[in-house]
Amino acid sequence: MASISSRRLRKELNEINAEGCPCGIKLLNADNFEVWYFSIEVLGESLYQGEVFKLMFRFDSNYPISSPAVQFVIGPDAQAPIHPHVYSNGHICASILGNEWSPVLSVSAVCVTLQSMLASCKTKERPVDNDRYVRHAPENPKKTRFHYDGESV
Amino acid sequence: MSSDYDYSDDDGDYYDEDDMMSTQDDGSAPSDEEMDMDAFNDDFVPARNVRKVYEVEHESLSQGAIEKLMLADIEHISGIFGVDVGTASLLLRHMNWNKERLIEKYMDNASAVSVAAGISLPSRSPSSSSAAAPIRSQSSSTRSGAAPLGRPSRQRGKQNSRSPTPALTHGGGRSQPPKAEPFVCPICFDDSQTSFLGLSCDHLFCSGCWNAYATTKIREEGEHMIRCMAEDCSLVVPDATVQNILGDDTATWERFQELLVRHFVGSNPNLKYCPYPSCTYTVSCSAAAHKSALTTMVPTVRCGAAVTPPHKFCFGCPIEADHRPVICGVAKMWLKKCRDDSETANWIKSNTKECSKCQSTIEKNGGCNHMTCKKCKHEFCWVCMGPWSEHGTAWYSCNRFDEKEGVDARDAQSKSRASLERYLHYYNRWANHEQSAKLSIELYSKTEKKMEEMQITSELTWIEVQFMKKAVDEVEKCRTTLKWTYAMAYYMDKGNEKELFEDNQRDLEQAVEDLSELLESQIDAEAIPALRQKVTDKTVYVSKRNEIMLEDTAKGFLDGRWGWNVTVDGFE
Repeated sequence: MASISSRRLRKELNEINAEGCPCGIKLLNADNFEVWYFSIEVLGESLYQGEVFKLMFRFDSNYPISSPAVQFVIGPDAQAPIHPHVYSNGHICASILGNEWSPVLSVSAVCVTLQSMLASCKTKERPVDNDRYVRHAPENPKKTRFHYDGESV
Repeated sequence: MSSDYDYSDDDGDYYDEDDMMSTQDDGSAPSDEEMDMDAFNDDFVPARNVRKVYEVEHESLSQGAIEKLMLADIEHISGIFGVDVGTASLLLRHMNWNKERLIEKYMDNASAVSVAAGISLPSRSPSSSSAAAPIRSQSSSTRSGAAPLGRPSRQRGKQNSRSPTPALTHGGGRSQPPKAEPFVCPICFDDSQTSFLGLSCDHLFCSGCWNAYATTKIREEGEHMIRCMAEDCSLVVPDATVQNILGDDTATWERFQELLVRHFVGSNPNLKYCPYPSCTYTVSCSAAAHKSALTTMVPTVRCGAAVTPPHKFCFGCPIEADHRPVICGVAKMWLKKCRDDSETANWIKSNTKECSKCQSTIEKNGGCNHMTCKKCKHEFCWVCMGPWSEHGTAWYSCNRFDEKEGVDARDAQSKSRASLERYLHYYNRWANHEQSAKLSIELYSKTEKKMEEMQITSELTWIEVQFMKKAVDEVEKCRTTLKWTYAMAYYMDKGNEKELFEDNQRDLEQAVEDLSELLESQIDAEAIPALRQKVTDKTVYVSKRNEIMLEDTAKGFLDGRWGWNVTVDGFE
């Protein structure tokens, strides 16, 4: 019997294939039930007009009971958005990826939330503790215990 | 008299079998010593249950006893508010078991408290007192259609209007008319599931997902509050439902109950969980509940677990199980200093000198004795520490040790070394006693062997050779005391009080070293009775010195007699 996580991910994938992703979000790669990649851009007026970012989702076998590990991909063709809740290594400080994660959320729900997090940004800046965090950050953002401050995202 | 060896109080009844001994060793012991011993017994054996000045009154509670206390609180609240016990328990947990505050707040605004405690929903429960998150469950129902993943529910709350997906205003459909298709759990999408469960919020999920979720929360996150799985839903699952969800996974249910007990204990300053791994006892010690009490006492307690050695720990701090006679604040300061300083200080002491002008610490790692300080450019001789100018330019060897300048420079140097020396004096003694106390395990096995030998080479029975083991126990105990007296002395103000303290310390140390030496000595078959007498006497004496040390120090704390050469937490 398939595990909950793969059954659930297959269902999510079918839904994405059938109905498409929300506007501005494209599935780049979902060859397995461990890592998925999406491209994400903010439509309409925003500080990030014309910028396209790449998101990586990593799932463990406990998904969706436990949250996926989500981060922006940094590479030759992609950068992390400059945002008060996004660290320069791509890690995201968002409560729904941590203590406010709920198993009823889904991959596209996370994408939509991140999209609106970017859309509502007023000033393009890095988090205040960016340098300190990035220097000691674990490879997997789920191993970080973020302290969620400011407006909830 | 009894020969009860597993005494429960480690300070009392050393020589219960005294009477027997005195008849046996008739005349071999000096009578005044004997008197001494009797006096000792008279003083201490009956005093077994009387608390000494360096002890603290405390009580050990099993997990069952704590559960009873919790239940009493829960029933009290349940009676006052007229709610069921499950609700009362959630209310208390929300308020960290502070009954008075809960009553006050609840009387003020019952529904707000119920919402905050995750018992009822904000909008739907104006009178919350009866709403104990009723459980809805259904099997194989005909509930409204499979909620399309999380996205719609995501829209409901804080999502702003910018969101590109056409917003469905609500998810799983209380308000939607029931359709004929079977309900599918919105988490696992396993359409073979037939048993669903939800709280009064009507967020239904299959029991398999509930089980996986609760298990993760309890096992991995150590949560004692399990909330509804729906996003932004803050209802808390009542305990009875948790048990129901976990089904026959009794291990997780037990873990959950342990977490509840831990939360209760953690919320109450009078209680502390025993820190030993997997011990489930709790100690209640109201005397040490407040931080201010820790300047006048060392609350060394033990839990009720029936193990040897017993679980002893400090109620006031986590630094060491028994750091008597010194109080938590000073012990902590000392350990911090040792961690920071000891090795570095040793190395500096043996490898460096200070520049006689600017006091920079300099390591000479090669080359000649003509030193130029990197910092202040002072030129000096490494050997005599005098200025290089007096050496002329031609001689690269120093034979001018007595020159005045050099003497002065060395004086200045020795002054700056003095504080380091002082620290090392205390540190070395502290570390030595710690080391020796650790080595007592080794001493134990050696002693055991000796005890066997004694039984073979003499007429003594097993019980009669126990004096060796008792002596080793006593030595270890006293070394722990001694160790901490050095930490204390380092921070004590100079003066009469410190001198008296150090007199006691010296007497105890002397006695302990004597006894230690006796224990290590060779055993001669004929000399066994004499050795036995000697060891026994010494043990009594050492134990008495330890009493005096602990008692006097504890009294000093109570009287505020000790002065410090640094600022100690809690003292002015």
